[in-house]
Amino acid sequence: MSSYELSDLIEWDTRIRAKVEEFGLDCFAQEFEICDHTGMLGYMAYNGMPSHYPHWSYGKSYEKLKTLYDHGMSGLPYEMVINSSPSIAYLMRDNTLLLQILTMAHVYGHNDFFKNNFTYRSTRAELTLETFKAHALRVRHYTEDPSIGADQVERVLDAAHGLSWQCRRNLAIRKLTRDEQLERALEQAQPRFDPYKKIHRPVEFHEADVHKLPIEPDEDLLLFIRDYNPFLSPWEKDLLTIVDEEAKYFIPMMETKIMNEGWASYWHKRIVESLALEQGLHLEFIVRHNQVVRPIPGQLNPYHLGLRIWEDIFRRHNDPTPEEIKRDGAPTKTGDQKIFEVREVERDTSFIRRYLTDDLMREMDLFQYQARGGDLVVDKVADEEGWREIKETLIKGVGTASIPVIKVEDADFGHNHTLYLKHYHDGRDLHLEYAEKTLGYLQRLWGRECVIETVLQGKRSQLCYNERGFSIRALK
Amino acid sequence: MVDSIFREYRPSDAERSDRSAGDRLRHRQKVRESIRENIADIIAEESIIGKDKDRVIKVPLRGVKEYRFVYGDNAAGVSQGDGDARPGQVVGKTGREGPGKGDDVAGDRPGVDYYETDVTLEELVEIMFEDLELPNLERKALREIESDRLAKRKGYRHVGIRVRLDKRRTARQRVMRKLASIRSEHSRAAQAERVIAAEEAGEVAEEASERRFPFHHDDLRYRHIEVDTREESNAVVLCIMDTSGSMDTMKKYLARSFFFLLYQFISTRYRSVEIVFIAHHTEAREVSEEEFFHKGESGGTFISSGYHKALEIIAARYHPSLWNVYAFHCSDGDNFDSDNPAALRAAQELSEVCNLFGYGEIKPLGSRYYESSMLNVFRRLEAPNFHTVLIERKEDIWPSFKAFLAKDRIKE
Repeated sequence: MSSYELSDLIEWDTRIRAKVEEFGLDCFAQEFEICDHTGMLGYMAYNGMPSHYPHWSYGKSYEKLKTLYDHGMSGLPYEMVINSSPSIAYLMRDNTLLLQILTMAHVYGHNDFFKNNFTYRSTRAELTLETFKAHALRVRHYTEDPSIGADQVERVLDAAHGLSWQCRRNLAIRKLTRDEQLERALEQAQPRFDPYKKIHRPVEFHEADVHKLPIEPDEDLLLFIRDYNPFLSPWEKDLLTIVDEEAKYFIPMMETKIMNEGWASYWHKRIVESLALEQGLHLEFIVRHNQVVRPIPGQLNPYHLGLRIWEDIFRRHNDPTPEEIKRDGAPTKTGDQKIFEVREVERDTSFIRRYLTDDLMREMDLFQYQARGGDLVVDKVADEEGWREIKETLIKGVGTASIPVIKVEDADFGHNHTLYLKHYHDGRDLHLEYAEKTLGYLQRLWGRECVIETVLQGKRSQLCYNERGFSIRALK
Repeated sequence: MVDSIFREYRPSDAERSDRSAGDRLRHRQKVRESIRENIADIIAEESIIGKDKDRVIKVPLRGVKEYRFVYGDNAAGVSQGDGDARPGQVVGKTGREGPGKGDDVAGDRPGVDYYETDVTLEELVEIMFEDLELPNLERKALREIESDRLAKRKGYRHVGIRVRLDKRRTARQRVMRKLASIRSEHSRAAQAERVIAAEEAGEVAEEASERRFPFHHDDLRYRHIEVDTREESNAVVLCIMDTSGSMDTMKKYLARSFFFLLYQFISTRYRSVEIVFIAHHTEAREVSEEEFFHKGESGGTFISSGYHKALEIIAARYHPSLWNVYAFHCSDGDNFDSDNPAALRAAQELSEVCNLFGYGEIKPLGSRYYESSMLNVFRRLEAPNFHTVLIERKEDIWPSFKAFLAKDRIKE
C-alpha cells in the first residue's frame, strides 16, 4: 500500500457502510483481508476458502491461473468474497485506493445477496469456514491413515469430483425420504374416488412397486451411491459426503451468477456515486466501473447482463415509458421495493425469464449461435421472431441448467445390480468423450455396470460402462 | 451494522502460506505420468531418430483432464454482439471455448484445459528411461563404467541450498561470534578505560550483551554433499542389424528406431559403455554410428555372418571375463535356409559369452505370413539370457525395447 494506509481504508469503509445502511442493504458482518497477488491466486485456486482439503485439481487450477496471470492473459479479480457469516473478502494490496473503495462497495452488494437470496438458505453461512476446515481435516486424516493412503483417497476424490454437480438443483425444495416417497407412491396407486364409477370405464390398476430402488428417480448421484452401494467403506462414504456437501455449497453461486454479480455491480455504482468523490477519484471510478461491466462482443459478460437487467427493473418501476404503462399497467411498487423483492425470491433462470425484456435484448444485441461444420455461426438475432428462442437458449445455459440432468432410475436393472440412469434429453446431446470417462468414474464408485439412457443425434441410445470398458448400444 | 474487521497484510504470513505446493506437486507428477503413458504413441508418431536434443515435442495429456457430464457441440449458445449481429455471421470455432462463456464458478463445458504440454526430447528421453537399465550387470575385473550414486555427506560449507542448512552449527557459529564480539567490546572498553572513566566503560559492555544479536550471513552453515562416483563394471553393447535387400524401408525404419532408442538409452544413462555397430547381409562388417543409422545395403542374408563377426570382435577386444557384453540383433528373419543351423550355433555361442542377447524380429504387419521367420529356429535355443521379440508396427518398438531392459524382468 503505497499511496494510502490501512486507516484510509477503514475510514472509507465507515462511509460506505453508512450508505449501505441508508440504502437498506442487509449484510452479514464483514471481514476484509489484505493479500498480495500470490495469496489471491492461492485463494482463487481453492474457491476462496481459507482451508480446503488437498487434491491435485487445485494445484492444476493454481498453475493455470498463474500461467495466465504471468503471461498477462488475464488479470486478477480485484476482490473475492466468500459466502460465510461473517463474510470474508480478500482485497489485493496492489490496488489503488479507488479500486479498494469500489471493491468494498461491491463486496457489500454480494454480502447482502448472500444473506437474503433464497437459494443461499441451504448453505448455513455461519458454519462455512468450520465445515470446510472439518472436511480438510477428515480428508487429511484418511490420507495419513496407513490402511488407506493418498492414492486410494485420490481415486475416490477423482471420481467423486466428476459427479459432484449431478445433484439436486433447487435446494430450497426438501428432498423426500424414502418412506415419504413410498407413501406418495402408494397413495397414487389407490383408485381415485369417483362418484360416477358405475358409468365410467374402470381405471386399470397399477400396483406400486414398493421394492423398487429408487422409488422416484434420484438426482443426487453421490448420495445415492453412498447410501446404496453396500461395498463402500465408511471412509469412502465420508469422502462422497464431503464432495457432495461442497458441491451443494457452490450450487447457489452457480444458480445466481448473473443476479449476484449484477446486484453487486448495481450497488457499487449507486454507493460510490453517492459518496461524492473528488474529481480525480471519480474519473478513475468511471473507467474502472466500465471495465468491469462493459459488454464484451462475442461473449456474455454476467456483470453487464445482470447490471442491465437490475437497472431496467428499477427504471420500469420508477420511471416507466408510456408504452410500458399501456402494456404492463402502472407499477404498484417503487423501484427499490421491487429490486429488493426480486433479489430475495429469484434465481438466474427465473430472473432472466421474468425480467429480461425483448427491448433490452435488442438493445444489448443478443444473438444465438450454433456449431456448423467447424465454425460457430449466428443463427438467430433478437428480432420479432428470434428473441423468444434466444431467451430460451440463454436460460438453458445459465446456472445449473448448463449441466445435463441425469437421474438414477433403477439400481437393480436386469436384476444384476446394474445402475440404470436416464439423461433427460432437452435437445442437447452429451459430449461423448466426457460422458465415457465420467461414466467410468460412476462405475468405479458403484462397482458394477452402469448404463445411461440418452439420445445421440436423434437416436435413443444406451451408454454402458462395465469391467470390459465402454460401449454404446442403440435402442429402438 | 457492526464494524468491519480489517486484517492487515503481513509478508511473513504470505511467505508461509504456499498451501497449494503439495497439490501442485501432485499435479506435476500426474503430468509426468501422463507423458510416460503416452511414450509408446509419441515414439510411434514422431520420427525421433537423429533429432536435436532440444527439439520440443507436443505431448497430449490425458490423465490430468477433469471429466464431468457436459453438453457436446450441438448445444446452442447466446452471446452479445456489437450492435449488428446478422444471421449467418461466423463468430468462432468449435472445439475451443466459443463465445457465450462467462467466468463461471465451475467449469461446465469442456474447453480450455491443457490438452498437451511441451517437452524437449532430452526430458522425454529421461522420463522414458527412468526405470530401465542394462540387466545382469556383473562386476568384472577391469572397471571402467562410472555410475553416479547418491552422495555422502562431507563437511560443511558457507553456501548451499536451504534444505541443507545445518541449524545446530549455524546457531553455534552465532554464539561463537557473539562471544567474540563481547570479548572485543571488552577489550575495546579496556582501551577506552585509559581515556574515559571506568564506570562508563562497564555500562557499554553491559549494553552490548543485552542488545539483540541477530544471525549474520556468515553464520550460516550448510551440510556439504559430495556425489560419490563408484566405478562399475565395463560393458559393451553390440548392435547387429540386418541390412540385406529384403529389409525394405519400413523394416529398416523400425530397426533403426529400435537401435536409436538403445543408443539414446545407453548414452544418457551410462557414461562409458562402448557401443559396437555391426551391419550384415551375407557378410558382416563393423561400421561407424553414422553409417549404421544412415546407410542401406543390399544382398542376401546370412545371419550367422553377423554373429560370427560379433564373436570375433568379442574375442579380440571384449573378453567376457572382463566385460559385460550385450548383443542386440534386428532382422526380418528372412534368412537363407542353408544358414539356419550355422546361425543357431553362432547364437548359442553368443548367448554363452553375453550377459544378454536379444533378437528382435521385424515383421511389418502381414509379412509374417509369407516370409520365413527365425523365431521358429531360435525356439530351439535354450539359454536363459536369450530373448526374442516380434516388432510388427511402430507401436511395438517401445514395448519390445522395454521388454529387453525393464528392471523388473531381472527379478523373474
